[in-house]
Amino acid sequence: MTISIDPQKTNNESLQPKGWLRYFSFSLDHKVIGIQYLVCGFLFYLIGGTLASAIRIELASPMSDFMPRDVYNQVLTLHGTIMIFLWIVPVVNGAFGNYLIPFYVGARDMAFPRLNAVAFWLIPPSGLMLVASYFVEGAAQAGWTAYPPLSITTPQSGQIIWILSVLLLGGSSIFGGINFIATIIKLRRPGLKLMQLPMYCWAMLGTSLLVVLSTPVLAGTLILLSFDIIANTGFFNPVLGGNVVVYQHLFWFYSHPAVYIMVLPAFGLVSEILPIHARKPLFGYTTMVFSIMGIVVLGLVVWAHHMFTSGTPPWMRLFFTIATAFIAVPTGIKFFNWVATLWGGKISINSAMLFSCGFIINFVFGGITGVALAQVPFDIHVHDTYFVVAHFHYIVYGGTVFIIFSSIYHWFPKVTGKMLNEKLGILHFIITFIGFNLCFAPQHWLGLNGMPRRVAEYDPQFQFVNQISSLGALLMAISTIPFLINVFLSVRHGKDAGNNPWNALTPEWLTSSPPPVENWEGEAPLVEEPYGYGKEISEQK
Amino acid sequence: MTTLDSSKEIQKNNSEVNETHEDFRMFGLVTFLIADGMTFAGFFAAYLTYKAVNPLPEGAIYELELPIPTLNTILLLVSSATFHKAGKALLKDKKSDSRKWLFFTAFLGIIFLICQLFEYFHLPFGLTDNLFASTFYALTGFHGLHVTLGTLMILIIAWQSRINGGRLSSQNMFPLEAVELYWHFVDGIWIILFIILYLL
Repeated sequence: MTISIDPQKTNNESLQPKGWLRYFSFSLDHKVIGIQYLVCGFLFYLIGGTLASAIRIELASPMSDFMPRDVYNQVLTLHGTIMIFLWIVPVVNGAFGNYLIPFYVGARDMAFPRLNAVAFWLIPPSGLMLVASYFVEGAAQAGWTAYPPLSITTPQSGQIIWILSVLLLGGSSIFGGINFIATIIKLRRPGLKLMQLPMYCWAMLGTSLLVVLSTPVLAGTLILLSFDIIANTGFFNPVLGGNVVVYQHLFWFYSHPAVYIMVLPAFGLVSEILPIHARKPLFGYTTMVFSIMGIVVLGLVVWAHHMFTSGTPPWMRLFFTIATAFIAVPTGIKFFNWVATLWGGKISINSAMLFSCGFIINFVFGGITGVALAQVPFDIHVHDTYFVVAHFHYIVYGGTVFIIFSSIYHWFPKVTGKMLNEKLGILHFIITFIGFNLCFAPQHWLGLNGMPRRVAEYDPQFQFVNQISSLGALLMAISTIPFLINVFLSVRHGKDAGNNPWNALTPEWLTSSPPPVENWEGEAPLVEEPYGYGKEISEQK
Repeated sequence: MTTLDSSKEIQKNNSEVNETHEDFRMFGLVTFLIADGMTFAGFFAAYLTYKAVNPLPEGAIYELELPIPTLNTILLLVSSATFHKAGKALLKDKKSDSRKWLFFTAFLGIIFLICQLFEYFHLPFGLTDNLFASTFYALTGFHGLHVTLGTLMILIIAWQSRINGGRLSSQNMFPLEAVELYWHFVDGIWIILFIILYLL
């Protein structure tokens, strides 16, 4: 590839700010954009985490005493929206995708670098707008689902700002998705076959397909909802002859795939991390690829399992129960493949590996409760209770956020050329793992006993278990301290990592750390076996 | 600043790359149009569900007449053909012919919008009268927005294909091809919309 010799580009590169200032510029370098996504997402994670702490403080006592009820509703709405649209989706797709995908396909940048920068720079303004809506007349109160008629009857300005912000973030996500699809399909280095790509590419291809197919539906739905709020139309307003269930169908047509948009990239990342730290090839590459694509197809036809209590007709319940149960098959295949990858491997117990193993444990928990929730008779009982809250936090925090941390430990040496401190990393893992399980495992019990979600007050008999949960949340809040100390110390004083501290075979490690502006000094290497670990050793012998 | 997405530059710099790098801007546009089509698919699904389960309340007026939308369908179909003509002319570097066809296409788009507005002003119902009225205006309005954007883009590329100093030529067909694909897409959406909204 000879794109790098373009003199115009190198000229302009030298005009761009150097050092840390370039992270505040409209940079077209995929590595800079990746870090922009990551740091921006992490700042919003801290905001969302503060809101989560506020929720757990409120729920430490049965009465609504820490904050007024409507503020509680605003806080839980902002918490959900920030965590989904500003932390998990941008980081697990945008940050790692932008940083890694060009390396994996052997390119010097993404297919559409300018679109890429636009997609990132949509995020900070819409995020700030969302957070600032709290100071207008009160933020949105209708939860991250914004179900009408609740979202129509609560104060309007907050809800409209919420809609605008989610529309912008959805647009950013669609631009990113288009870019990933074009990069993976069209920008592959000559000679690199699709079935030789590292698994994260497949995960991002599947995720981006879901983004492109489902996010526009959410956008359309929110436009209709804003008409209901501003222009007094009645699409979703039963008083004016509208239909609330249509909103739920359209909303979940996006928001169920959104679960896979949040978790499929994590599947890909863990598939990169495990083989390297277990020194074994990824088990069952082909089955992994087909299960990702199976999840993409099935993920588009299971949305109504969120609506079993919305008057869904029996045939719909039957269809969506069966379709949802089927998703457990490809997911189970992937789970067994990870365990088989670890089996008999030469495992190094480091922070990246620990977080990945934590992911496997938490995810199997969340997966099992997911299969349980797909069963209509059970779902009707626990719908809108803390059982659901526990389930999706096991998927989204126990699954994806654990992998985000695992990936940070794994790729930090690549990005900075410095190692993170292992002792602080293991401390971070232990506090996070204990705190997380202490916080969310008891919520299964709360839900089974009928404690409703999204309500500031509850029956006093649940107080003790709620306090255990709040204690877990406190630990989770504390767990970010060793992480932040670790990052700030290691960026400056960390041990030098060398180019390839993990002796990895995937392409991003075959260049210097941190990588040069256009990824490789010479031509991009052709990696035919990104997971050929066993082979490498036998050949050396 | 030259970036990887301008394959024109790549072709200029290295003919070798030309063989391995096809123009993937079109690929990106197709992906975007699939996404855009899904927005319409959501609207259509909502409308069809309303039609199936939400009866029109008594006394509510929701009647559509066929002449104007039929004329509009013909206008858009003809405009797709004239756009195609513009592309063919540009391919042979007949810039003035190409411009004429582009202006004619934009003219048809503007007539379409005028007809649409005329229909809006003469319908017996308003935006908030009832559910079907709202859906009608949302669907045709969202499509009309697409036609407006398309017409503006046609005018822009017509300006760019001017004989002196224009950027478009048989060597640089992408802007015209991109807008043409978009225009055909908007045309196709209108036909689905016409069938679902007016004929069903």
